[in-house]
Amino acid sequence: MTRIVIVGAGPAGINAAETLLAHGRQPILLDEGRQAGGQGYRKPSPGLRLDMNALMGSEASKYQALHERFESLRGQIDYRPGTLVWGIDGKTLHLQQDGRATTLDYDALVIATGAMDRIAPMPGWTLPGVFGLGGAQVALKDQGCFIGRRVAFLGSSPLLALAARQYRALGAEVVVIADTTPFVRKLAALPALLNSPRTLLRGLAYLGGAMRAGVPVLHGVTPLAVAGDGHVESLLIRDAKGRERRFACDAVALGYGLKPETQLAELAGAQLAYDEAFRLWLPQADADGRAGDGLYLAGDGMTIGGADAAEASGALAAHALLADLGIPSDAAAVAALRRRASRLRAFQRGLSQAFAWPVAQIRALPDDVTLCRCEKVSLGEIRQAMAQELGPTEVNRVKAMTRCGMGRCQGRICGPALQEIVAGVGNIAGAEAGRLRMQAPIKPVALAAAKAGAS
Amino acid sequence: MTRLSADVAIIGGGLIGVWSAYFLAKRGQRVVLLEKDVVGAQSSGTNFGNLRLQGRFPGQYPLSLRSQALWEQIETLIGDACEFEATGHLYFASSEDEWRKVEAYAAVSESHGLTIEHLDHVDLRRRYPWLSDKAYAATYSARDATANPRLVTPAVARAAKGLGVTIVETCRVTELRTGDGAFSLATDTGLSIDCGQVINCAGAWALAIAEQFSETAPLFPAGPPQFVTEPFPYFIRPSVQAVDGTVIFRQIPRGNVILAGYPRTAADPVANRAPVPLAKTLAAMRHLGAAVPALESCHVIRVWSGIEGYLPDMIPVIGPSLTTPGLFHAFGFCGHGFQIGPGVGLCLSELIVDGETQTPLAPFSIGRFTGAVEADEKFRREFDATPAAGNKP
Ligand SMILES: Cc1cc2nc3c(=O)[nH]c(=O)nc-3n(C[C@H](O)[C@H](O)[C@H](O)COP(=O)(O)OP(=O)(O)OC[C@H]3O[C@@H](n4cnc5c(N)ncnc54)[C@H](O)[C@@H]3O)c2cc1C
Ligand SMILES: Cc1cc2nc3c(=O)[nH]c(=O)nc-3n(C[C@H](O)[C@H](O)[C@H](O)COP(=O)(O)OP(=O)(O)OC[C@H]3O[C@@H](n4cnc5c(N)ncnc54)[C@H](O)[C@@H]3O)c2cc1C
Repeated sequence: MTRIVIVGAGPAGINAAETLLAHGRQPILLDEGRQAGGQGYRKPSPGLRLDMNALMGSEASKYQALHERFESLRGQIDYRPGTLVWGIDGKTLHLQQDGRATTLDYDALVIATGAMDRIAPMPGWTLPGVFGLGGAQVALKDQGCFIGRRVAFLGSSPLLALAARQYRALGAEVVVIADTTPFVRKLAALPALLNSPRTLLRGLAYLGGAMRAGVPVLHGVTPLAVAGDGHVESLLIRDAKGRERRFACDAVALGYGLKPETQLAELAGAQLAYDEAFRLWLPQADADGRAGDGLYLAGDGMTIGGADAAEASGALAAHALLADLGIPSDAAAVAALRRRASRLRAFQRGLSQAFAWPVAQIRALPDDVTLCRCEKVSLGEIRQAMAQELGPTEVNRVKAMTRCGMGRCQGRICGPALQEIVAGVGNIAGAEAGRLRMQAPIKPVALAAAKAGAS
Repeated sequence: MTRLSADVAIIGGGLIGVWSAYFLAKRGQRVVLLEKDVVGAQSSGTNFGNLRLQGRFPGQYPLSLRSQALWEQIETLIGDACEFEATGHLYFASSEDEWRKVEAYAAVSESHGLTIEHLDHVDLRRRYPWLSDKAYAATYSARDATANPRLVTPAVARAAKGLGVTIVETCRVTELRTGDGAFSLATDTGLSIDCGQVINCAGAWALAIAEQFSETAPLFPAGPPQFVTEPFPYFIRPSVQAVDGTVIFRQIPRGNVILAGYPRTAADPVANRAPVPLAKTLAAMRHLGAAVPALESCHVIRVWSGIEGYLPDMIPVIGPSLTTPGLFHAFGFCGHGFQIGPGVGLCLSELIVDGETQTPLAPFSIGRFTGAVEADEKFRREFDATPAAGNKP
């Protein structure tokens, strides 16, 4: 029997598993996390009691539903939590589970690895107390703790208002929601946003709630600095009217939308192409998620679509896989899923303009700002390396010359900003700046795991 | 179409090419260097960075030692130290059998004037308490060194450029013609070059050029996989190598441990790929953990390899063409060309300008491949028998 492996137990992976099971196939479902649910629908750690209704707000019922569906599924599939896929060699997955390196062969693979925060650096962003926006949510949902008592939310993302609402719902003080995209660009994106009026209204409601509670909500800001002596003490920005404003706070959550986790797709053989709207390299797949022979992509790991699109695309990928195995499935259901996924993705394209990646701001950052925090490489070092005789003009060579992107995170954090800097200095298109090439391990693997795996 | 004329055209902007250009320019030659990608992006920029003197091919010591002397003055020569450091190199044996082999290597090194310390098990425990107590004995050479390969080739290229060398990147030499004691080179960018002499130092791609002049060598591409750990407090100063080839490692002062190990894997010079099979990553990690138990909690964060040209007798081709006056070959460095790179460049400049060099190069003649080829003893177990499946392209 064809061995089907799904990587990622978020909404996409769970829906893929459910669809496969409904058609008589039992997939193996791997997730690095200890609990299923993925990022948005993350469950509190066992033993931690959190008011998930208050936390999830209008999405509480979807959160409940997904976890209930998963519970009824888990006994019937081969679910392996705590299992990191760190590499792919041909049709063999390399795993790390309970501190041991093992392997797992597959015939068909569904990659539903989701996304992570996209970060733009700024002066002071490496100070303790600055978190990725997603990290701020993980701290809350997984551990029930705040990243600070008085938190500033900065970046350009609909999740800023969402996370701020979650923080307020559980009792933290939100000192500002500061968005770098000007208000007029949000208006310009309205037609695309009307693809999902419900989500649009929800986003507006979060902002309305914050404003009614007296939280300053600013658009079109320029981040100037996170300041503090050994720890965050304030956030300094320039507002749309050109005034400098300082907000006292003890933590900053930074987020510029999400960035698909494409490493496994790349190692499995998916082609990547540069997307001008998101300004990211995205794996290529057909409308149902086919990305190669026996290779299927779903959810935010393929292209940012949000949790609802992830659910639809997970089911779609499973239908595609079943069809390729010659197993008939419901054509009307597939057509409906396609319409739904495509509408939701069109909405996300609108979001990518309403909450734009601040290219000009990144390129204007001063030389002393750290770009790569793993290797402590500043923007000035990149510019200097590129300016010298026979200097590098493409991201992989810049990495070789400066170490930017060479550290623990392998450029997952600094990569998008590096791309903009290189394109800016070289005065070339984003795509021409190249793409940081991936080699396994996609996440660090301990020597001890290799030893334990061999015994 | 642009035409350039020069005394010498150099094909290949790796370490060999840029050092040749540098020394030729110092002797007043007009030099054009052509590189199909960018300088130092292939083997020369991806290697392990070891400048090892111990355990080399005996006939290479004069060249190696001359080259090391150049490395030792690199900052004076090009104005950039490129992280050169005389870290020393420890060659360890895990059994009495192996130890005999290490001592035989040491005898050769010593006969060429290299100072070698012989360390028994007790010395090892005392001096390198972090080394596994399975290490039986070792030799240590203080003059062995390391440098940062990512930085060196572009830095030498800049120095050469400063001396007047013309460097053309993203320009592949496609065709060479010769007649009347001169050459004309065609490239894929339309640039053509007229020159009196040519150096073929095109690395793993060099055969295509040699064969245009009816010369050949059993050159094949392979890549030794390399791995690096996250930073760990700095405690390993020398480069350390197991004589059985299972592991070689060094720690850089910023903390990362770089490691490599046999066997080497097949590389693809056409697709420009040198994938690292994951089973090798795991094997290398196990060998490092066995050699330095304190590193077991450490994580590997990154792997890479490169495309190196190998020859079955594990020594390079260096010297004049036997069919075509004015053409010089320097390729097939078999994984040890970083150390001899500056020396090779200097010798080639002497061959071209003076017609001779003080350094014996006879063992490296391309003429040795006219008869049957003898495979080196170490050869078989140091390469994968079959090409790696690798990651899918
Ligand atoms: C930190 C964060 C917080 C978010 N919070 C919200 C929110 O509050 N509300 C909201 O509407 N949206 C939120 N989003 C967006 C929302 O999570 C996504 O749209 C949705 O979860 C996408 O679902 P998915 O199944 O594609 O991926 P995810 O839900 O991200 O699931 C991917 C899963 O894959 C696993 N995985 C990834 N790589 C590997 C690997 N190599 N080996 C093994 N397992 C792996 C991960 O552990 C994860 O469980 C958030 C996103 C992020 C990144
Ligand atoms: C992973 C790895 C680890 C190694 N470790 C060590 C070590 O620790 N110590 C050591 O001494 N040595 C080591 N080596 C070997 C060493 O790196 C090489 O021997 C040395 O760099 C060879 O230099 P080169 O200039 O001949 O080759 P290259 O650096 O490969 O340069 C050849 C150049 O020619 C160019 N070229 C090819 N064809 C054409 C054409 N037609 N037109 C124009 N340009 C062309 C190529 O693009 C390339 O840049 C290692 C090698 C590898 C791959």
